[in-house]
Amino acid sequence: MTRPATPADQPETTPAPARRAWVEQIMGMPISIHLRGEDVDRLEAREAVADAFRILREMDSIFSTYRHDSDLMRLRREEVQLSQCSPLVDQALRIGQEAEVLTQGAFTTLLPTGDGDLAFDPTGLVKGWAVDRASAPLLALERISFCINAGGDILIGAHPAMPAAGGDAIVWRVGIEDPLDRQQVARTLTLARGAVATSGTAARGAHLYDPQSRELVGRPGSVTVTGPTLLWADIWATALFVGTDRTREAFAASAPDYLSTAL
Amino acid sequence: MRRIVIWAMSTLTVLVLLFSYNTSRSSSAIVAAETRTVTATSKTSGSTGSASGSSSASATDSSGQQPNPVTTTDSGTTSKTTTGGSSSGSSGSSGSSGSAASSSTSSAATTYAGDAVMTRYGNVQVQITVKDGKITAADVLQVPMNDRRDQMINSSAVPVYNQEAVSAQSAQIDVVSGATYTWDGYTQSLQSAIDQAHL
Repeated sequence: MTRPATPADQPETTPAPARRAWVEQIMGMPISIHLRGEDVDRLEAREAVADAFRILREMDSIFSTYRHDSDLMRLRREEVQLSQCSPLVDQALRIGQEAEVLTQGAFTTLLPTGDGDLAFDPTGLVKGWAVDRASAPLLALERISFCINAGGDILIGAHPAMPAAGGDAIVWRVGIEDPLDRQQVARTLTLARGAVATSGTAARGAHLYDPQSRELVGRPGSVTVTGPTLLWADIWATALFVGTDRTREAFAASAPDYLSTAL
Repeated sequence: MRRIVIWAMSTLTVLVLLFSYNTSRSSSAIVAAETRTVTATSKTSGSTGSASGSSSASATDSSGQQPNPVTTTDSGTTSKTTTGGSSSGSSGSSGSSGSAASSSTSSAATTYAGDAVMTRYGNVQVQITVKDGKITAADVLQVPMNDRRDQMINSSAVPVYNQEAVSAQSAQIDVVSGATYTWDGYTQSLQSAIDQAHL
């Protein structure tokens, strides 16, 4: 097979890839960002991805319970007052309160610290919230659809001018892990927009706290919630996993834009 | 400061628990809220015929799981959540896309329009396209568009719950959702393989 000779001074052009991924470790987990669409490798896209990771790191530096100097830990040690922290901390408190009310107490930000103490710990909502916030620079990318996967919680979105339905829409097939065999995919969903959060014990054991029983929940299985924001998909997935029928009723009443499935 | 925060949160917790204690417990398991999004029920597609590698369609029944979580029940009321073991009244999906019941497979793409289902918010109707025994597209023909919330929901995609069990090697999965894993669990995971393919 012969190919046409290219002049030495003219570079061969390669077609732009249809999909590109980046992975970084933030908040103690792998966070991947995938872009699909046109010119996914362009400078603007790479900068937006960097921006998104920067936002995630900023949230981690404020809220991490593993970092001695995070705003949250300094607040816990009473080294600073709430007013001296990032305004995001106050916002987290409010979101936590709202979540506690809407989930009828199944979701709480008052969690055991491991010292026999309970303390303000918005970890359960920070991740989803951080991903929602990090999506802002990606939404500005024309002709691109993105998918962020933060350790199993997912946000899919695209530039508003991109079609959300129909043959031209870029859709992502989301596989939901079988909680009993993490190499298997038990369900799939196809989304062009939206968040998918799965709560369960398969990866980290009994780490989900049930405020009613005041125990860590260790049962097998998982709950997956899908809806417009990862913040609330996450909150509801946790609430539904530890909760009861009353939680499911609250979910039906308070979160009509969200769907759940349990495995 | 921390004590104040703990006090505030505890008070709130107690109030919430007290408040919710008064909630009527007589409500049944059936949830009255409709789902607002639509799914195509894969079981009624041509995939019954060809599903060589996938345990689809009929697997929805044999596994004992309720099929799709959504709108399509005969009675017109739908359950919002699907749970693996327990029914919450959503089971009518078998009747849902009634007209899509053809079990013959063909290599040409065929579209099936489901019956329009009347929900409290309006009619919902889905059309699925099947090629070679697999659903290749799900299009919504009619959706409730009566109020602002409908429009907000419909401006996001229509999620399609697919009962097909897919092995980890499937090239069709774009991203994996599971219980939060850390870096340690990641390297063995399907998500990691997908990421690697596109770095």
